[in-house]
Amino acid sequence: MRVVVLIYLWLIFAPLPLQLREFRSKKREVFEDVLEERRQSSDLRYAMKCFSPVIYRSLVPCKPSMLKAMVLESDQLQYVIKQISLESGEPLDAIQEQATEILDEMGQNLNLAAIRMFALTLSKIFKRLFQKVCVNEEGIQRLAQAIQEHPVVLLPSHRSYIDFLMMSYILYTYDLALPVIAAGMDFMGMKIVGELLRMSGAFFMRRTFRGNKLYWGVFAEYVKTMLRNGYAPVEFFVEGQRSRTCKTLTPKFGLLSVVMEPFFKGEVFDTYLVPVSISYERILEETLYAYELLGVPKPKESTSGLIKARKILNDDFGSIHIFFGKPMSLRSLASGRLNRSQYNLIPRHLSHRPSEEMQKFISDVAYKVELQQIANMVLSPGVLIAAILLQNFPSLDFSVLVDKTVWLKDLTEAFGGCLEWPDNMSSSKVVKASIELHSNILKLADGEVILFENKPNDPLTEEVVFAQAVTLLMCASYRNQLVNTYVRPALVVLACKMALSSSRGDVSRTFCFLRNLFSKEFIFFPGLKKRILKKEVSCCQNVI
Amino acid sequence: MVLPALREWMEKTFGASLNHKTTSRASLNVSDAPPAIVNEGFIQDVKAIGISFSQDVEDRVFRAHGHCLHEMFALREGMFKRIPDVVVWPSCHDDVVRIVDLACKHNVCIIPFGGGTSVSSALECPEDEKRTIVSLDTSQMNRILWIDEKNLTAHVEAGITGQDLEKQLAESGYCTGHEPDSMEFSTLGGWVATRASGMKKNIYGNIEDLVVHLKVVTPQGIVEKSCQGPRMSTGPDIYHFIMGSEGTLGVVTEVTIKIRPVPEYQKYGSVVFPNFERGVACLREVARQRCAPASIRLMDNAQFQFGHALKPQVASIFTSFLDGLKKFYITKFKGFDPNQLCVATLLFEGDREKVLQHEKQVYDIAAKFGGLAAGEDNGQRGYMLTFVIAYLRDLGMDYYLIGESFETSVPWDRVLDLCRNVKERIVRECKERGVQFPPLSTCRVTQTYDAGACVYFYFAFNYRGISDPVHVYEEIEFAAREEILANGGSLSHHHGVGKLRKQWLKDSISHVGIGMLRSVKDYIDPNNIFGNRNLL
Ligand SMILES: Cc1cc2nc3c(=O)[nH]c(=O)nc-3n(C[C@H](O)[C@H](O)[C@H](O)COP(=O)(O)OP(=O)(O)OC[C@H]3O[C@@H](n4cnc5c(N)ncnc54)[C@H](O)[C@@H]3O)c2cc1C
Repeated sequence: MRVVVLIYLWLIFAPLPLQLREFRSKKREVFEDVLEERRQSSDLRYAMKCFSPVIYRSLVPCKPSMLKAMVLESDQLQYVIKQISLESGEPLDAIQEQATEILDEMGQNLNLAAIRMFALTLSKIFKRLFQKVCVNEEGIQRLAQAIQEHPVVLLPSHRSYIDFLMMSYILYTYDLALPVIAAGMDFMGMKIVGELLRMSGAFFMRRTFRGNKLYWGVFAEYVKTMLRNGYAPVEFFVEGQRSRTCKTLTPKFGLLSVVMEPFFKGEVFDTYLVPVSISYERILEETLYAYELLGVPKPKESTSGLIKARKILNDDFGSIHIFFGKPMSLRSLASGRLNRSQYNLIPRHLSHRPSEEMQKFISDVAYKVELQQIANMVLSPGVLIAAILLQNFPSLDFSVLVDKTVWLKDLTEAFGGCLEWPDNMSSSKVVKASIELHSNILKLADGEVILFENKPNDPLTEEVVFAQAVTLLMCASYRNQLVNTYVRPALVVLACKMALSSSRGDVSRTFCFLRNLFSKEFIFFPGLKKRILKKEVSCCQNVI
Repeated sequence: MVLPALREWMEKTFGASLNHKTTSRASLNVSDAPPAIVNEGFIQDVKAIGISFSQDVEDRVFRAHGHCLHEMFALREGMFKRIPDVVVWPSCHDDVVRIVDLACKHNVCIIPFGGGTSVSSALECPEDEKRTIVSLDTSQMNRILWIDEKNLTAHVEAGITGQDLEKQLAESGYCTGHEPDSMEFSTLGGWVATRASGMKKNIYGNIEDLVVHLKVVTPQGIVEKSCQGPRMSTGPDIYHFIMGSEGTLGVVTEVTIKIRPVPEYQKYGSVVFPNFERGVACLREVARQRCAPASIRLMDNAQFQFGHALKPQVASIFTSFLDGLKKFYITKFKGFDPNQLCVATLLFEGDREKVLQHEKQVYDIAAKFGGLAAGEDNGQRGYMLTFVIAYLRDLGMDYYLIGESFETSVPWDRVLDLCRNVKERIVRECKERGVQFPPLSTCRVTQTYDAGACVYFYFAFNYRGISDPVHVYEEIEFAAREEILANGGSLSHHHGVGKLRKQWLKDSISHVGIGMLRSVKDYIDPNNIFGNRNLL
């Protein structure tokens, strides 16, 4: 089969220029462990350090309260308020009042004292939870540059609540302007924590406010005002919510179009979009997600719940890799693609439906961001082990597992996956360490690695089945991290098997069909541009 | 004038400009001129009707260009690819009629030439024009034919320069009040042909407000209206096909223009604002209250600090202005950040009492925006400065500085964003193109309207180390124009389209709009006698 596939691939994509094949020789960036320093010096001094962050060069300093006043007085919001008053017959004052309330409910309250407290407690917590928190320094330097030049939008991947705490923590560590973060409303339920998060720059967004014009008006204007003034980097998640399965979720466009608008309307010269990839060796919410996937309702976030979660503080969650991608200049992305003069004929405070061309552009950028996130994700050995065990459950001989893991590691790297694999340890040690880290789902006993303990005599009770399902789902989540690396080659192979004939045209048509079919399942750049397709398939061609 | 240094410099510069021929000759090698394409039949006929003409190379080169940067550069360092083949000097309307007839008969191309101050490549000869190109110089048609004091109009030949027109009208106690910065050289016909705008338009109006009657010679005959009613509803205004036609339809020969008694009193003024934003807000309020003085202009901080960017010789002129303001600033505006503040210059006109009243009204508004009056002298110097900047470019070239100005009009709410983005774009483009020193990128709001403003950009850079500065310049200007359009600015407020901005006209006025212009052109001038290829 392999040979056949290879021949097809050559047939289809042989005339490819060489540089496209360099896909996998991505230079490995240098990561720095921010916790190392924390383990050696005083957390308190760190929290009390003189904090004079890098900020936007044309920032007009203003307090959160002033910011809110600006939002409430803005032409945009005033217009919306007038419209609603006209439509509903309610007096203007009442609606203005509502708008103020919404803004109060939503608004961040960035406050240095709170940040310092966070810096202190998070240092303590992170040191207990994680072995390492690794950040690519080059990315930090690029970001520092970007923050000074133009308004910045930070777009991290979303796997855990830790994401945005971690982002702020890192920006604080490197003396960069702290971001304001669009966080889900669920957090607000946590009384003290909600307030604290607010003070660390979070602002809250109801999960569903479709159709609520006023809410959307206030929210959009709030975000845009912060961006226009360069008040702080704005941070949100393109995926919209935490992915429960570790597969990258298809992007949401609403917020992205909001942050792009000031550039489209000429209110800022440019805006930087910075994709950030946060990779966890072990995800804090892993069990929770599995329960949710099984239909056990998600517990409401509450402070007491968080306190109960204290027991996880004694657990080891391995290391985290945070990769700050290259800032993408919105101006460059739009250059030659968008005619901004389409905004010339309507007053800028009126919101108007983005043209089809514009929507397409926003969607393309969203996918570009996610593909960047994906490209810079770091995979851990556990991901490989999970994938292998899922094909060999319930158990596998340890030495076979090691062999297979090494094989899969090489294959993954060949396909362009970026792996965190300690060089100074033997493979079996690496695998063993990983099994230990995931000891809640894996066990090593008598030279066998076991996914779930199945004592043949035990009755298959509901609890047992449930427990097995949880383990299986957790394991699958880890394996899913490999999906992004393998989805294209997999579809090519599948296309070769399915195609009507072995002709080049048939195979590539089938590939396109499959790619289309799974476009909601995996992340592909929208459309079927030849150049992109070629690139996608070329990376498989090198390897198979 | 208050500044001896400035006067001296201006005389020197304007002197040089007045003797443009000599300066050109100094650096231009006549033998490099492209050979003339001569239509003997046409020449013979022109001779026969006794109209003066010349085939002299210098005369022809002089009329081959306007004042665009690349044209100036070609004058200094090279040669034009195509120049007029013959120059004719009609002395009245009837002469023009005859010339146009002959042109049609012999199928030659006519390019009307007024003062030669075009900044849109409008005068440039199309490189691939195979017919004889005749430059029709209107300079001999420069008389005021009559003044009608009852209706306050004057009937004037189109070749008169702004300066002469005002001087001669002043003898009878009148003025048109139309004062473009180029008024010493630019002509009445040129203004009509380009839809020009004068500094004092707030009182007197732009050229389209001033024109009462036009006489235009076209290949199809003469275009004019049969009466001088002040306003008409007789279908689309045919004069509006002529105003802005940029010499593509025919020759404007005579114009009836509104006149006003020379104002009794003039007063300059200036206001310093803490920053540009406040300044623009003030101008907007002045426009809202419709109490703009004859002229009100706001220069940004970079322009205020202009002096530093220039060589010492040039800087002296500016330092006088700066020193004046600085002294003022030190004694009075302690709270202002010198890297933020900006200056508005004002000119009031009218009878004394009203001017003083008006002045107070404007200063009161300014005060609401943090503006502090900074004296008459500074105002006057400010106008000198803006007047001089236009001619500074030639001097700058001796110091490896090239620069140009361009303008746009834009709705009020976008003024600030447009200014910031365009300036930033210029800086960026320079950097990307290897310009070693930061460029001068500055702007000025020069006119206010009910619904928007006219903004002027100045842009200059040091081109040492750049092999093809004109090309680099053009790329940057192109990018700046794209930025203007993307930010809701117009293609031009008053400089016109010419050939320089042709590529954007379709997007600006729609393809149907282009079709409308096209069909007018095709009807009036089916053989493209007026073949300078502006606009379309
Ligand atoms: C330093 C400087 C300052 C300037 N300031 C201003 C300003 O404040 N406001 C402003 O509006 N412009 C300004 N301009 C631009 C320029 O002065 C105007 O466009 C002016 O109207 C051109 O007049 P002109 O007589 O010099 O015409 P020319 O430059 O000779 O010709 C311009 C165009 O009009 C055509 N044309 C000329 N005369 C006739 C005619 N009689 N009949 C038909 N077509 C004709 C020509 O063929 C050409 O296409 C400035 C230019 C310079 C160099």
